[in-house]
Amino acid sequence: MVHRQLTGSRIRERRVDLGIRQTDLANAVGISASYLNLIEHNRRRIAGKLLNDLARAMQVDPSALTEGAETALLDQLRASAARDRASGAEISRTEDFAGRFIGWASLVVRQDKRIDELEARVKVLTDRLAHDPQLATSLHNVISSVTSIRSAASILVSDDDIDRDWERRFHRNIYEDSQRLAESSRALVSYLDAPSEEGTASLSPQEEVETYLDAQGFHLPYLEGDGAPQRAPMLRSKAASALLSDYRTRYLADAETMPLKEFSAAAIEVGHDPALLAGRFGVPLAAAMRRLATLPPESGHPAFGLVICDAAGAITLQRQVSGFGLPRAAAACPLWPLFRAFSQPMQPIRRDVQLPVEGGGRFRCYAIASPAGAASFDAPATMEAVMLVRSVAASGGPADPVGTSCRICPRSGCRARREPSILNEDAV
Amino acid sequence: MAKRVLVIEDEPNIIEAISFILSRDGWTVHTHSDGETANERINATPPDLIILDVMLPGKSGFDILRDLRESPETTDLPVLMLTARGQTRDREMAERLGVTQFMTKPFSNAEVLESVRALVRD
Repeated sequence: MVHRQLTGSRIRERRVDLGIRQTDLANAVGISASYLNLIEHNRRRIAGKLLNDLARAMQVDPSALTEGAETALLDQLRASAARDRASGAEISRTEDFAGRFIGWASLVVRQDKRIDELEARVKVLTDRLAHDPQLATSLHNVISSVTSIRSAASILVSDDDIDRDWERRFHRNIYEDSQRLAESSRALVSYLDAPSEEGTASLSPQEEVETYLDAQGFHLPYLEGDGAPQRAPMLRSKAASALLSDYRTRYLADAETMPLKEFSAAAIEVGHDPALLAGRFGVPLAAAMRRLATLPPESGHPAFGLVICDAAGAITLQRQVSGFGLPRAAAACPLWPLFRAFSQPMQPIRRDVQLPVEGGGRFRCYAIASPAGAASFDAPATMEAVMLVRSVAASGGPADPVGTSCRICPRSGCRARREPSILNEDAV
Repeated sequence: MAKRVLVIEDEPNIIEAISFILSRDGWTVHTHSDGETANERINATPPDLIILDVMLPGKSGFDILRDLRESPETTDLPVLMLTARGQTRDREMAERLGVTQFMTKPFSNAEVLESVRALVRD
C-alpha cells in the first residue's frame, strides 16, 4: 500500500495548526510523546484505531490525515523514476523519500515537469514550420513575393523583344511584390522578435485550456450572467482558444439552465446528489454533473473532480481532485466507472471506488455515457462519458478496487491490467 | 495543336509570369486560382500538364493531387508541383501521392520551362 508514511507529516501539520503540544496529544490518545514523535516523522506506520483516535483528538476526519496532494506527488515521483529506470532510483522507497524530504521531492517533480516542457519546446522549435501556422504563413508570403519578383525580373532581363505592355505590367508587378515583400519581412521580424510565452508554449491545447480553467477553479464568474463582460481570455494557440470556446459555450448553456444562486442552494439542500439536481432543474444528468464541478470552491461545496472522455477513451477534459490522480499522458484505469458507462449508455452509474491507498483513497463516482451534440438521422451518434468524482470517508461500505493507471498501480491479479507495474513486479 | 497547361496557383503575379514564359514557348496556358473547384475544372477540360501550388484557398494542392490520382481519367496526368513548402516532409508527401515532379519556390523560369518540356512530350 502506498503513502501511509506521509500520514505522519499530516498529523504533525494538523497538530501544529491547532497549537497542541506533542505531549498533550500523545496523552490524549494514550501513547508516549516519543512514539508520537516517530509517527509524525514518518518513522512508524499508523492506521486503524490509533489513527482514528488521533483524528478525533484533532477534530478531523481520518481521511484528511491520509489522503491528499501527496498522492499526486508520489505518483509523479514514481512516474519520474519510471522514465529513467537506468538511474536506479529506489522506487520502492518513494514514500520514505517524500515523507522525509518533501521539499526535495517537490523539487524533483517540478524539475521533471520542466524537462517535459523543455523537451516539448525543443520539439516545437526544431519543427517550427509544421507547428506554427503563423510562421508558416509569414514565410509563405515572403517566398511567394520573392518568387514573383525573381520571375518577372528574369523575364525583363532575358527577353529583349518584350512587348511594351507586358514590360509595363512586369515592372508594376515587381513594384507591388517588393512592397509586399517589405511588409511580409517586417511582419516576420516582428513575430520572431516577440518575447516567447514560456510556460504555455509547450502545452498541448487541452493542457493549455485545463491550466487556464484550473487557475479559475473551473468557475467562470463572467459567464454567470452577473452583468460582467463576457470576453474570452487570450490563449496562445488557436486550437486552445477553439477548445476553450467550446467549453464556454457549454458552460454558458449550463449556467442558463442552472443559475448559480439557485443551483448552489439546491446542491447543498440535496447533499450534492447530481441525479436529484438534474431532476429539479430538468436537465440531463451529465449537465448537472458538469455544473457541480464548476461551483465556486469557497461557498461551502465539496471539491469535485470531473473527467470527460470520448468513445475511444480519450480524455477530453479533466479537473483534478485531491487524492485522485488523473493521468495526463498514460491511459487511465479501465475500471473507472467512466469507462463502464459506455457499456450501459444513458444508464447513470454511482460507484464508490477505492484507490490502492491505505486509510484513504475512497471516492464516490457518478458517471453516465450519452450522445454529445445534436442527433442526426444521417450520422451515428457521437458518445461522450462524464464522471464526477468526490472524496468520501474511507470507512464506508464496499468499494470497487481501481487504480490511476497500470504503470503506477501496485494491485496484483487485476483483470484489467494492460502493462506491468513499476511498483510491484508481481502485479501481473 | 498547342499543348495545354493548366496553372493552379493563387498568386496573380506568379500566374502572370508563368503564363508569359509558357505562352512565349508555344503552350496554351489556362489558369485557375481556387482549390475547391480545381478538380471540377480539370475534369471538365483535362490539360496535358498541371502546374499545381500547394497552399490554395479551399483545398490544398495535396488534396487535389490525391483526387487526381484516384480518378482513372487523370491518374497518369503529369503534375508539376510548385511550392514554397520545401520541407522534406512535403516533398515526401507529394511523392507518396504520385506527383510527377516537385519544385520549390523561388524557382527560375528556365527550370520551369525545362521541366514542362520534359514532362509533356509529343
